[in-house]
Amino acid sequence: MISANLSAIFYLISGVLFILALRGLSSPETSRQGNFYGIIGMVIAITVTFLSVGNFSSGFVYVMIFLCVGGVIGAFIAFKIPMTAMPELVAGFHSLVGLAAVFVAISAFINPEAFNLGYPGEIKLASLIEMSIGAAVGAITFSGSIIAFLKLQGIMSGAPITFKGQHLLNALILISIVILTYFLCTSQNSNLFWILIGISFLIGFLLIIPIGGADMPVVISMLNSYSGWAAAGIGFTLENTALIITGALVGSSGAILSYIMCKGMNRSFFNVILGGFGATDQSSKDKNKEQKPVKSGNADDAAFLMKNASSVIIVPGYGMAVAQAQHALREMVDTLKKNGIKVSYAIHPVAGRMPGHMNVLLAEANVPYDEVFELEEINNDFANADVAFVIGANDVTNPVAKTDPQSPIYGMPVLDVEKCKSVLFVKRSLSPGYAGIDNDLFYKENTLMLFADAKKMTEDITKNL
Amino acid sequence: MEIDPFIFRLSIFILSIFVGYYVVWSVTPSLHTPLMSVTNAISSVIIVGAIIAALASDEGSIFTSSTFFGYLAITLAAVNIFGGFLVTQRMLAMYKKKKRDKK
Repeated sequence: MISANLSAIFYLISGVLFILALRGLSSPETSRQGNFYGIIGMVIAITVTFLSVGNFSSGFVYVMIFLCVGGVIGAFIAFKIPMTAMPELVAGFHSLVGLAAVFVAISAFINPEAFNLGYPGEIKLASLIEMSIGAAVGAITFSGSIIAFLKLQGIMSGAPITFKGQHLLNALILISIVILTYFLCTSQNSNLFWILIGISFLIGFLLIIPIGGADMPVVISMLNSYSGWAAAGIGFTLENTALIITGALVGSSGAILSYIMCKGMNRSFFNVILGGFGATDQSSKDKNKEQKPVKSGNADDAAFLMKNASSVIIVPGYGMAVAQAQHALREMVDTLKKNGIKVSYAIHPVAGRMPGHMNVLLAEANVPYDEVFELEEINNDFANADVAFVIGANDVTNPVAKTDPQSPIYGMPVLDVEKCKSVLFVKRSLSPGYAGIDNDLFYKENTLMLFADAKKMTEDITKNL
Repeated sequence: MEIDPFIFRLSIFILSIFVGYYVVWSVTPSLHTPLMSVTNAISSVIIVGAIIAALASDEGSIFTSSTFFGYLAITLAAVNIFGGFLVTQRMLAMYKKKKRDKK
């Protein structure tokens, strides 16, 4: 048994180590060390908890068993998961944090003596409020992440699900959560606690179903933030500094990522949350659906164009992830580089299904990170480049965002692909992107469409180079 | 007059939000995916609550309803801790600098 003060100091140390873990991510060189700090912080927190409880009876054995079972499952997943499935993995992990928060809140509610919070039916008011917040936010995180996971995994359609009165219903449920918390605190009635958790699960589900597939970067970041707030809520209940610090860190981290993603789409956070984007009226789409001429080519043409270029900019998007084309792409780039062609990669903030998705895939394919550039860094270079090779991206290159105030994506920062001397567009068909709008780029004179699977096309081009 | 310990915790919380704010803004955009997986792993420090709940059993009864939820939470959090840190490690190992020697 160690004293409460000593363990509080150790929790503080692990909180500081978690801050250093995030700090390490400011550059790839320090990032691995940062992750190591995070692991040490976790080990300290767990060890101190064992020592402060000081109960090494048979219960301890069971704790170790469950810890190992979970650990083995986690390690197995971590080694097996393909990098393209990272968004699903992160969504799945969020749901676990949320559910764990709910379970901890439940056991604190059933057995408050274990946490020094009073007695069943007479739980301290402040603790009960914190507990309810932790449980409710945890439940929302859980069910919301499950929906996000199903949508990303393709088990559930990525299309937004909307119905009449949706926002009103959500608002009513949110208000009822607040009212329930109030009555729970005044009556200490355990039934109210269960109802509270139940409707929190429901609202998490309802909040995420109207949000479409390409808005997932925002949703994942938002759920990341929620899982942090849930942890902080539990941290207040347990009076644990490590949890409070971590919850605040994770909460603000997720919030910042959501903000960055929203900005990348030029949409307000509420606009994304209210959902329904991309399901806009079909009529406006059909209206301008006259056939416009498109130039299409094959791998040979593409290889010819690139061979005669002196600089090429690659624009990857979600389609590259779907086709698992990142390795084939890197081989193509290697061949180009051997021919003395300068190649760089341009990444839009919302390319892919989660923040930094494309960067991870390129890193997996051994693309050095100093060849990969963010939108602001590279956008001026398009004018000087000979070829832009767009692979699996669409809306993020659409010049309409700069020219047509009527367009739903007007104002969104886009890559100035059209300024290149020629544009190669690898795409399976002419279908519009997620936003449901036509890309003017397809019909430009200097654009060559390559209709094929991204991976196969890149491989064919490499052969022809 | 004595200050409620809650106020101290609230101060820690608010200051940590600010620390988080500045630290996360300095994270390079190319590492945003590892950022998400590592925040995932560290938020599983909620396991400390689960351990307290699981070990709170009175003599003899290892599985009461409250310890049961504790054990479940331990398992979930452990999946996340090991999974989160290891997958972050795996991702970060892939970020390399350009090699000097061009093959």
